[in-house]
Amino acid sequence: MNVDHPSAYQERRESVPPFQMHITSYKLHEIYYCWVDDVDPGAVIARSKGDTRQDAEEKAVKKAKERLDYSRTRYEQTSKKSDA
Amino acid sequence: MANTYAHPEVLVDTEWVSQHRTDPHIRIVEVDVDTQAYKEAHIPGAVGWNWQTQLSDQVRRDLVSKQDLEKLLGNSGIDNTTTILLYGDNNNWFAAWAFWQLKIYGHNDVRIINGGRKKWIKEGREVTAEIPNVPKKTYKATDPDHSLRAYMKDVSNISDDTFSLVDVRSADEYSGKLLSPPGLQETCQRGGHVPGAFNIPWGKNVVEDGTFKSFDDLRTLYEPLGITSNKNVVAYCRIGERSSLTWFVLKYLLGYANVKNYDGSWTEWGNLVNAPVVQGEKP
Repeated sequence: MNVDHPSAYQERRESVPPFQMHITSYKLHEIYYCWVDDVDPGAVIARSKGDTRQDAEEKAVKKAKERLDYSRTRYEQTSKKSDA
Repeated sequence: MANTYAHPEVLVDTEWVSQHRTDPHIRIVEVDVDTQAYKEAHIPGAVGWNWQTQLSDQVRRDLVSKQDLEKLLGNSGIDNTTTILLYGDNNNWFAAWAFWQLKIYGHNDVRIINGGRKKWIKEGREVTAEIPNVPKKTYKATDPDHSLRAYMKDVSNISDDTFSLVDVRSADEYSGKLLSPPGLQETCQRGGHVPGAFNIPWGKNVVEDGTFKSFDDLRTLYEPLGITSNKNVVAYCRIGERSSLTWFVLKYLLGYANVKNYDGSWTEWGNLVNAPVVQGEKP
């Protein structure tokens, strides 16, 4: 069985008001894997891979921001309604 | 001295798994929120279950049927005497969902790998992308144990203080500002929560590395809100998976006798016609 040990594990948060993204990446078999979750509840909303961490993260973060954009618009609408 | 979990036998740590993962009586199963994660890398020898297609009925909205579960377990090299070690991404969110269903169908020895996929990878432990070729076995499930599952009628009938209702979604979902978690599809018509429900987001059950909080810290989370061991407790979220983790915590780590998971959850209640809904931060 072909086994390996993941390395270079990193996690960080980035703000996409009013939400936050949680970005995780690690290296395996010379490939960097990245996934982005929505912090609360933590569902994965985008994933990608690349030759470098930067490449993997940029692709995943771009996808995640697109998905969060719709939620942001709806959040603003429902917040206005509940504040009225 | 700190108190210990009511059922510490249902948790194993990553080091123990590392030492026992080739034991023939053990089958490791990965169940993720992100159904692509298993293909990327998993614990060598672990089989992967897809919660969307293998742990749910594919026609009705329901749990996997007894017959399909028997087939899934048999094909996974699991019989009634196998020790099943469950783990997954996002603090074992769907591992707990699988645990709940396995208990409903009567599996005796099922445990959760504390910290799940995140801790395993962070610690740099062995992984592979190879899918194991496991010998098929025969599995015989029991009839479902309905005492572990709440239905809409159970939640509708909560009217006295012998019951506690726990909404484990995020504060914004609870208040009604969000109809679904950020970035996910909306699946309800109305935002808010079931009247009387307290909001304790599921993520509060764990610490930074994804392992469960101590017995005392968990007790401090629930007891001040009146969610105590003498109550009949029902946990819910959006589709019943986050709340299965809270169900696990209350039943197995804190030892509450009467806890149910309402898997209809907000996607059922928030779509009902004429159901009572509370918006805002108060129960």
